Amino acid sequence: MQFMLLFSRQGKLRLQKWYVPLSDTQKKKISREVIQIVLARKPKMCSFLEWRDLKIVYKRYASLYFCCAVEDQENELITLEIIHRYVELLDKYFGSVCELDIIFNFEKAYYILDEFILGGEAQETSKKNVLKAIEQADMLQEEAETPRSVLEEIGLT
Amino acid sequence: MRGLAVFISDIRNCKSKEAEIKRINKELANIRSKFKGDKALDGYSKKKYVCKLLFIFLLGHDIDFGHMEAVNLLSSNKYTEKQIGYLFISVLVNSNSELIRLINNAIKNDLSSRNPTFMCLALHCIANVGSREMAEAFAGEIPRILVAGDTMDSVKQSAALCLLRLYKTSPDLVLMGEWTSRVVHLLNDQHMGVVTAAISLITCLSQKNPDEFKTCVSLAVSRLSRIVSSASTDLQDYTYYFVPAPWLSCKLLRLLQCYPPPEDGAVKGRLVECLETILNKAQEPPKSKKVQHSNAKNAILFEAISLIIHYDSEPNLLVRACNQLGQFLQHRETNLRYLALESMCTLASSEFSHEAVKTHIETVINALKTERDVSVRQRAADLLYAMCDRSNAKQIVAEMLSYLETADYSIREEMVLKVAILAEKYAVDYSWYVDTILNLIRIAGDYVSEEVWYRVIQIVINRDDVQGYAAKTVFEALQAPACHENMVKVGGYILGEFGNLIAGDPRSSPLVQFNLLHSKFHLCSVPTRALLLSAYIKFINLFPETKSTIQEVLRSDSQIRNSDVELQQRAVEYLKLSSIASTDVLATVLEEMPPFPERESSILAKLKKKKGPGAVSVNELEEGKREGGELNGGGERGGDSSAIASTPSPSADLLGLRAGPPVTAAAPSAGSLLVDVFSEAGVNDDGFLRFVCKNNGVLFENQLLQIGIKSEYRQNLGRMYLFYGNKTSVQFVTFTTTVTCPGDTLVLEPLIEGGAQVQQVINIECLTDFSDAPLLNIKFRYGGALQNLTLKLPVTINKFFQPTEMASHDFFQRWKQLSLPQQEAQKIFKANHAMDTEVLKAKLLGLGMALLENVDPNPENFVCAGVIQTKAQQVGSLLRLEPNAQAQMYRLTVRSSKDTVSKRLCELLAEQF
Repeated sequence: MQFMLLFSRQGKLRLQKWYVPLSDTQKKKISREVIQIVLARKPKMCSFLEWRDLKIVYKRYASLYFCCAVEDQENELITLEIIHRYVELLDKYFGSVCELDIIFNFEKAYYILDEFILGGEAQETSKKNVLKAIEQADMLQEEAETPRSVLEEIGLT
Repeated sequence: MRGLAVFISDIRNCKSKEAEIKRINKELANIRSKFKGDKALDGYSKKKYVCKLLFIFLLGHDIDFGHMEAVNLLSSNKYTEKQIGYLFISVLVNSNSELIRLINNAIKNDLSSRNPTFMCLALHCIANVGSREMAEAFAGEIPRILVAGDTMDSVKQSAALCLLRLYKTSPDLVLMGEWTSRVVHLLNDQHMGVVTAAISLITCLSQKNPDEFKTCVSLAVSRLSRIVSSASTDLQDYTYYFVPAPWLSCKLLRLLQCYPPPEDGAVKGRLVECLETILNKAQEPPKSKKVQHSNAKNAILFEAISLIIHYDSEPNLLVRACNQLGQFLQHRETNLRYLALESMCTLASSEFSHEAVKTHIETVINALKTERDVSVRQRAADLLYAMCDRSNAKQIVAEMLSYLETADYSIREEMVLKVAILAEKYAVDYSWYVDTILNLIRIAGDYVSEEVWYRVIQIVINRDDVQGYAAKTVFEALQAPACHENMVKVGGYILGEFGNLIAGDPRSSPLVQFNLLHSKFHLCSVPTRALLLSAYIKFINLFPETKSTIQEVLRSDSQIRNSDVELQQRAVEYLKLSSIASTDVLATVLEEMPPFPERESSILAKLKKKKGPGAVSVNELEEGKREGGELNGGGERGGDSSAIASTPSPSADLLGLRAGPPVTAAAPSAGSLLVDVFSEAGVNDDGFLRFVCKNNGVLFENQLLQIGIKSEYRQNLGRMYLFYGNKTSVQFVTFTTTVTCPGDTLVLEPLIEGGAQVQQVINIECLTDFSDAPLLNIKFRYGGALQNLTLKLPVTINKFFQPTEMASHDFFQRWKQLSLPQQEAQKIFKANHAMDTEVLKAKLLGLGMALLENVDPNPENFVCAGVIQTKAQQVGSLLRLEPNAQAQMYRLTVRSSKDTVSKRLCELLAEQF
């Protein structure tokens, strides 16, 4: 896989993961282009399309589009299920995930993705194992988290 | 982190882009002051601010500070702080070398911490960044972690994919060597997650070094067999919607596609069994109604079909695959229809399944007409093109033509090319061909490229049995009140040549023809008008009775005083010619065009080009040639015969024409002897040095294949023609070539053009000076075995020399100017060949520099001067070669304004004399 993008129906990018080295300008250009193409597709159309020398595989979940760009020889259907498994992971972790969860906890969305896919390839496809790794990390987090000053408590710093 | 949540809410509440930018700037100022402040920030605050910066960056704003704080977080012993630090680094890598050193330090500490969570974080960071610096620092360490017995499974998984990423960015730094067999054996690991991660690494490594990793084939087969035969509950959490380990299954099937069918009968039998089971399962009723179930199941099925197509040796499986795909063609899921069309395209090219694919023609035509999604229609058009042969060409071409009337603009040009190619390839009667192309122009004139209408004219001119029909048809087509300019071009040309063939009919008498053409004249562009003027002068020769009418037209101010210089010149010259030349002279000058040299259809090349650069299958091209040759009346191959001059006779029959026996059946006993001809790994550069001083010749030859080269260079540009010759009597299957360029100093644009032989043209641009030659990788299958060969392409820096003539005085003055020690390179070496002055001169001239006479005081010595043209700069170079006949030695001195150039030239030349 070369990159994965999550964006809203309004075209706002919610998560971006790049597995090939590209400059920031290239990334912006590609995201804009891909978002535009995918948003223009009608609901019953197929989930795959050719784009440059890559294949775009996408699926819409509620207000969010999940979109992967894979190399030509990659398997489209299994990529579609990569997307679904990621959605399942987010859903299980956040408890019926919605777009806001991903906006406010973007770092978590990235951590979960890193446990699932690394360097563009599936690292661990078992839902249990991925969530176990994330939950372990969360345990460490809770131990470390101690109350802060009053200002912090109301979010002013 | 409340602060972060509040900030995100604020941003979301911003009503306008300006308000958002204002809020962000305020936050940036705040964070900056915190980071700069005297008070040391605690880890928690640092984490929060770094996270805010990350959020701002992900919104699309530039971030130019905070990297240092993020790096500091890496060495925190609090997990969440470390985690945010790593995330920031992964997203916002900065090639600032100072930071990379610090980052690498932190990673090193975490890798050696023996804390698996920390190790995974560090490995994720390497895999996300994947920079060369990281490869340099860790490529040696990670394989150790990957195979060590006491490494936790989760760490192994990360290590495998981390290594894969480093291998992709810096293959030269990742050396598996001693680890190879232990890495391959990860396929046997008990933990499915480890196997899933490791197989991606193994697949990538196998593609590059198939021989070293070939033991993975039997391991992959047995793993696959265990998964395929397991019940849906056996694999617990690795079962996905009742499908056991779909990701791993797909990856195993993909890995097997790096290799030819297993030679070991038992392994092969087991694999065939797996493939059959997968095909059988497709027929079973679904275990779940969920789309995830069918997707996962079909993902494996499609991957299995890809493997079956890759092997292309099991007729039974190929036909079963085809039938299965046939069912999908009518499936209610658009995705499946799309994939079935795509996959069938490759099945159509296998001789075992071509006929089976053809049975679905009606369904595919229906898809072309009724699919609502343009990308699916495109696939249907591709498949029709792929399944087309002599038996169904008329039907398919007719359907494609009628589809063209309503086709989406985005695919019209490609459709036009395809129709034109099919019409030419499968034309039995030429009136059909002419009709088809004229229809094409009528329906989609704007998308008919020059190649297409040139081609129809070439064919009409070369075939006298179609000329009368063509004249009649264009005449009729031109009757339409509005016809496309391309039609006027074809009409003008054909009537100018063959109008006499229909002039007997009073309805198309010479004057009627002329008036018809001339009625279009004023609506046409300058090039078409120019063509029409030539048609007119041809008319004067064909039909003397039109002379006065045409002369009058030529004489009119709008022609003879036309502001366009080309039109004016034609009018003036044609008028003069028609007035002063005798009938005999006129007849000689305006004689019918001679037949065009038989040559490859340029349309096919254009279609290839549209498909984009990269590996192009020569095989398909070859097929086009064969058919094209037939259409052109077969036999003579005029024009490009020079192309094979460099490749001796046996290869005239390039790549084994299909007229020969079918492929696998004919993989003869001789074949098995030769299967391993290319097995020696590594780059073959025997031929390379022979091309330093010459541009044409045979680059490579063995029992199977001969590769000839012709090349030409101008300034910093070059063009290389590669000729591939099949020396065997059977066909090479899936012949592909790829050109890679070290360091990207040259831009290569591989494209295959159809010459009279199978040739490949590579365009070369020299961007800056270079030492490493581009590599040509050739893969094809012969007798069922994959042949893989890598050659150095003889592109050397001296090819871009412009010779510079100069007098003795100038030469020595420049010689002195280039006196820095690094600007000079010198070599003293023994003569390898006879020291013949004329041979030496020829070689030095071949080098591309000017050979300067009467410059060196010693007449035995040779001096040369030249400028290397690269896109980035010009590099002046001077050379002096001093032969010592007595000692049979040479001293070679090269001076140039760039040290690397002197050094490289010296190395190249020292091998030449």
